[in-house]
Amino acid sequence: MHRATAAGRPGRQIVGRSLEIASLPLLLVLWQVLAMHYGNRLFPTPVDVAGRIAELTTAEKLVPDFAKTLGRAAVAFVLSMIIGSAIGIVMGRVRWLDRLFGGWLVVGLNLPAIVIAIVLYIWLGLTEFALILAVMCNKIPLVATTIREGVKSFSHDLDELAVAFRMPFLRRLRLIFVPQLMPFVLASARTGLSLIWKIVLVFEVLGSDGGVGFRINIFFQFFDVTAILAYTVVFIAVIVIIEYGVMRPLEHKVSGWRSVRA
Amino acid sequence: MALGPRVKVDVVLKRFEGTGEPLFANLSFEVEPGSVVALVGPSGVGKSTLIRMIAGVDRRFEGMITVGGLPASEAPPAGLVFQDSRLLPWLSAIDNLRAVRPETSRDEARHWLDRVGLSGSGDALPDQLSGGMQRRVALARALSVNRGFLLLDEPLVSLDRHLVTELQNLFAELIAAEGSTALLVTHLAEDAARLADRTLLLEGRPARIVADRHFPVARQDRTAPEIARLTSLLSGEAKELTP
Repeated sequence: MHRATAAGRPGRQIVGRSLEIASLPLLLVLWQVLAMHYGNRLFPTPVDVAGRIAELTTAEKLVPDFAKTLGRAAVAFVLSMIIGSAIGIVMGRVRWLDRLFGGWLVVGLNLPAIVIAIVLYIWLGLTEFALILAVMCNKIPLVATTIREGVKSFSHDLDELAVAFRMPFLRRLRLIFVPQLMPFVLASARTGLSLIWKIVLVFEVLGSDGGVGFRINIFFQFFDVTAILAYTVVFIAVIVIIEYGVMRPLEHKVSGWRSVRA
Repeated sequence: MALGPRVKVDVVLKRFEGTGEPLFANLSFEVEPGSVVALVGPSGVGKSTLIRMIAGVDRRFEGMITVGGLPASEAPPAGLVFQDSRLLPWLSAIDNLRAVRPETSRDEARHWLDRVGLSGSGDALPDQLSGGMQRRVALARALSVNRGFLLLDEPLVSLDRHLVTELQNLFAELIAAEGSTALLVTHLAEDAARLADRTLLLEGRPARIVADRHFPVARQDRTAPEIARLTSLLSGEAKELTP
């Protein structure tokens, strides 16, 4: 006798899936209706914005700008996840280190992003390194905190199980430690991605030699809302692709067993 | 047939983790190779803690516990059943067996699951199984690890009556076939009457052995009336045992 699970209700699943699919087109329709209603050049329609995307792409501005921003975000994201996870794991396992450095995390979490960026730009100049470092300084405390809490919540019972059956370290790591850690890694990756995009853009506005934020700042000088929205739409499209193409499949792969429990 | 290991328990002092109150003081006993000892006593007396100490999981005590001449924590793993099922929720039943003993093939894992009445549930995740079924996966895991030494902490709790009898018979058969040494914590007098050669009744704080009963009739020679007589005797002797 197996328990009934959410997977056993296909009707509800189809309705839920249809609502998810209809969500973004509904937003576009609403946008089109409102823009047509107001009819102002500062509030362009989605069709205008689509045209501008095509124009900016052929002018070879959009792709290089996105490549630059995505590259910065990717480097900052990967480094932040690695360093933040390592700090979080150590603080989650070693109580005295957690006590000693817990306050630092609170400080890090509450330092305004803009302050970090300005200070690092003053100290290091308007360099690529300063920008990525500033993003990392914002992100690492968040990753470390999430991972630390995750590690603290690990099951002591499963540690005992591993000891009782004399499981070697690597096996313990793979079968007990990593599966418990992964939901927290994914949670911090997801919040981290959305945060990093935004911070990178702000920092590019503040000072950089290219990228989406840099370009939006230029459009701002000319009140070119259509171009700003063109960049924004592409930006969101990239995020949606990453969310549905990478994050969700990954989440399903490593946390699929949780849906059985739900 | 080679018998299981000899277990020697010499605990000078073991304290409660939280309060520091002594749980065991000068507790000593020995379990002969190939014999089965049932530990009985009131809740909270320390039976499960003692099992965890013998399994080498709990090392925070003064004294020495040896299994086959080795300190408990260095001895090969026992076929251990914890008081709870303690399965890895992200692994199927089969993989739960293989997780603790990688040498176990999928077929072998399936065989052990069949033996505890879980044919066809090998690919199910623990959360897809009922509490009783999870318990049986834990039993199968212990049996698959067993190389002559079993530590069973309330192994048949939360199981249906007919399954209890079936699994008691399975344990009896496997313990006899392997010549296993086993320690069994139970509140079921019938478990002890059917499976054990000897019962140790623990009581008090710090806990001490207040009764050490060796059964005169060998396990394999016990008839149903003999088991019924022992069950009744044990439940009369230790009020925490239910028939």
